[in-house]
Amino acid sequence: MTKTKLITTADIKHLAKLANLPLSPERLTQLASQIETTFEYIQTTQNTDTSKYLETNQVNELSNILREDIVDDSHTFTQEQALQNAKQTHNGYFIVPAILE
Amino acid sequence: MLLDKSLKELLAGYRNKSIDPVDVINEAYAQITKYSTDLNVLISVRDKQEALQQLRSLSPSLTLYGLPYILKDSYSTTELRTTCASKILDNYFPVYDATVHQKLKAAGAILLGKGNMDAWGHGASTENSDFGMGKNPWDPTRVVGGSSGGPAAAVATRMCAFAIGEDTGGSIRNPAAWNNISGLRVTYGRVSRYGCVAYASSMDTVGPLGKTAEDLGVILSVIAGSDKYDATSAPNPVPDYSQLLSKKPQHLKIGIASEMFGPGLDKEISANTKAFADKLSDLGHEIVDISLPIAEISDAAYYILAPSETSSNLSRYDGIRYGNMRELFTQETMRRIMVGTYELSSGYYDAYYRKALKIRTLLIKTFQKAFDKCDVILLPENPIMPPKLGDLISDPLANMLADLYNTPVSLIGSPALVIPSGFHKNGLPIGVQLVGKKFAEGLLLALGHEYQQATDWHTRSHKL
Repeated sequence: MTKTKLITTADIKHLAKLANLPLSPERLTQLASQIETTFEYIQTTQNTDTSKYLETNQVNELSNILREDIVDDSHTFTQEQALQNAKQTHNGYFIVPAILE
Repeated sequence: MLLDKSLKELLAGYRNKSIDPVDVINEAYAQITKYSTDLNVLISVRDKQEALQQLRSLSPSLTLYGLPYILKDSYSTTELRTTCASKILDNYFPVYDATVHQKLKAAGAILLGKGNMDAWGHGASTENSDFGMGKNPWDPTRVVGGSSGGPAAAVATRMCAFAIGEDTGGSIRNPAAWNNISGLRVTYGRVSRYGCVAYASSMDTVGPLGKTAEDLGVILSVIAGSDKYDATSAPNPVPDYSQLLSKKPQHLKIGIASEMFGPGLDKEISANTKAFADKLSDLGHEIVDISLPIAEISDAAYYILAPSETSSNLSRYDGIRYGNMRELFTQETMRRIMVGTYELSSGYYDAYYRKALKIRTLLIKTFQKAFDKCDVILLPENPIMPPKLGDLISDPLANMLADLYNTPVSLIGSPALVIPSGFHKNGLPIGVQLVGKKFAEGLLLALGHEYQQATDWHTRSHKL
């Protein structure tokens, strides 16, 4: 009997699309095998009975840490600072890829 | 070497004028010139004249006056680019400073450079760097450890007086052990994460790497504390760790779990960790048996939660506001993003992500039970000795298993101190891990200090 794959190549292509990761065919093949190995490993969590446990999302036991709703001038960027690391700008704006034809 | 001296010795020397801080900074730069390129230790180095000028502007009364340091390249710095060891950010110049950097600067310490790492923290070896694989100063054919490999090697090769790493699943602890230095993973929230590039936000911690537990205490006293820019930073008061450390801990109960010495653990590391327990026993502490049958399940749960969180955190890199396009992620990083994306996707969320969150609760309860019987838990640090360059990065399973003893601590948010504990017969250093209850950094450092007063493993240097 051949082992059923947890993740197919079609899954990998779909994931790459969801995560916006351009994949070369070579990398696709390598990742398919590595991701399969990863899932075989993390699949072992299914053997542990967790039915009596609630989820722990965070471990610092704090809740509702709020701040005053006022502008902190020491933590604002000038337009120049905000744009200084952008590859493409125009008239003081970021240039973004078109999403509508 | 001047940089062999402890932070307290250096500071005392500066104050009574027996040591000139300029000589120390010159010495650090000489070490950088000698080793950084060959071992791929630093990604960016500060102009020496700029560092010396900063020194001249400082008041000698400052807590960390004139001490040179290296930051992992995951911290925002206005002086140097922040790459996170990824081509995505190879020309990103932050416009603000990380809180840890700002605090160190304000205390008089001087940034000399940014350390190499696994890109985005994704690794336990510093092989996953776009700036060259980090090489181990003890054997340059082997990995330096990671992900904070550069900062650890910088301390080991005396390019600085101390360094700051970042530990999500072992990234301070693993390279500390493999470089024969001391490293502290802090309690989650003890040190502000503001300005640290996020890997897995529920486990990311900012902590020091240094030559001794005493040095770590000096630094922790400066960098710990709540921060209005990090809502997860803890409001607990910050003690004077140096003072806590000067009190010899009395009759501690040290817990050891036999399950943590399984077949995946290198035999010599296993024997070394047990010999470390014997030494603590000689020092007057009591070794008690505890049960922690959780290493494998923790590591698997970590490798669900960390990729899930990183897939979300790294979605911000779109090449628009800063950085380059996403095709420049390494294969290792793509693997983690895609695994996380899958685990969080509709239909699989319950089976993976939610399951791992429940396992985290199980771990917290298991550790609580263990801490009912002891003050400190002794664990091996790394299950293996540093592999040859290229071995871990090509083997995802081995890569994950390298974090076996680190991830349980990461998931529960406890602090852990790693200190040198001897040598393998291959000549490479071994470290052990001391785990405490939350906010027990003072106790861990005091115990580490006591051990280092009684032994000299931590004083041994590489033979480069």
